[in-house]
Amino acid sequence: MICLTSPVETRAHRWPAGAKLAALCVATMVLFAARAPLFHAAAFLGMLALYAAPGRVFLRAGVGRLLVLWPFLAVIALWHGWTGTPEAGLVIALRLVTAVGLANLVTMTTRLDDMIAVLRRLAAPLRRFGISTRALELGVALVIRFTPALAHKGGLLAQSWRARSPRRVGWRIVLPFALLAIDDADHVAEAIRARGGI
Amino acid sequence: MERNIALIALFAALIAALGLIPQVTLAFGVPISAQSLGVMLCGTVLGARRGALAVLLFLLLVALGLPLLAGGRGGLGVFAGPTAGFLVGFPVAAFVTGWIVERWRGAPLALAAGVASVIGGVVVLYAFGITGMALVLGKTWGEAALLVAVFVPGDALKAAIAGMLTAALARARPGSVLSRG
Repeated sequence: MICLTSPVETRAHRWPAGAKLAALCVATMVLFAARAPLFHAAAFLGMLALYAAPGRVFLRAGVGRLLVLWPFLAVIALWHGWTGTPEAGLVIALRLVTAVGLANLVTMTTRLDDMIAVLRRLAAPLRRFGISTRALELGVALVIRFTPALAHKGGLLAQSWRARSPRRVGWRIVLPFALLAIDDADHVAEAIRARGGI
Repeated sequence: MERNIALIALFAALIAALGLIPQVTLAFGVPISAQSLGVMLCGTVLGARRGALAVLLFLLLVALGLPLLAGGRGGLGVFAGPTAGFLVGFPVAAFVTGWIVERWRGAPLALAAGVASVIGGVVVLYAFGITGMALVLGKTWGEAALLVAVFVPGDALKAAIAGMLTAALARARPGSVLSRG
């Protein structure tokens, strides 16, 4: 399954995932507490520098992921241009782009197995209270395995719709789609039970 | 136990798959992301607790870095963006939707599920979404509400669809609608 981790190997890929996540938490809190425009401009440039450090391919991929924010930036620009408060608008826009950019950066430089390892560590204290974390781990694995499978079946459903109807695929297709998921769940439950259960 | 976990995981995968298949169009040709429909169905079919867990599992995988949100978005960035409030509201919306369907046994399932989806999937979800947007964009609550008001009619329509789909699912697989089990 496709993951959002960057294929460009950076030095940050080898840093511990837990430390990156903790740093991201602190950075986001600081960003939302700070008010000075200069600080936000510096933070924004710092974020861009982090993207630029591993090279052009990484920078282009990272900036591409930030482009989805443009409708919100347009709204902020219009709003604050109209109300005559460009400085406040600039702070909000810079804060938004920097916060999202830093979070994407952690996602791009952390492998899925490293993230899951952090999750397992965070869930470990639950085991001390007698709560099994196997259900969580199994759930994560099942979703990773069944999302592409279900999406494939959904694609087949859409194809058979188009083969039979001149109209575009409508909401009615969600019914057989949900039925597929329910039937798959029954088969999976049976298979897990047959292998000794949880 | 096994069946609960399988259903929770498969519905989480269903929300993800609904974001991956080509967009579904409503009667008037309005393209919608079927993903919030998936959140409503989690509540109406699985009930409050399991529905919320399915949505949480889905969000967990988004946070871990899988591109499961509509349009192939995902990762930690979406939780810092302007729409983060909607993501936080997803599990609460599923919970409230499921809770209403579980409690309101007097009404026909389609009606109960439809009304529950409006309250959970629109009212509660937008309360969270608008609050998040107000915080991230530095606007008042009313100003943020104006920005998302255009999406309310589409989501209200989705809630009605969720009601009909739930009733149809109950006819096709009576044992699977756990909210009325």
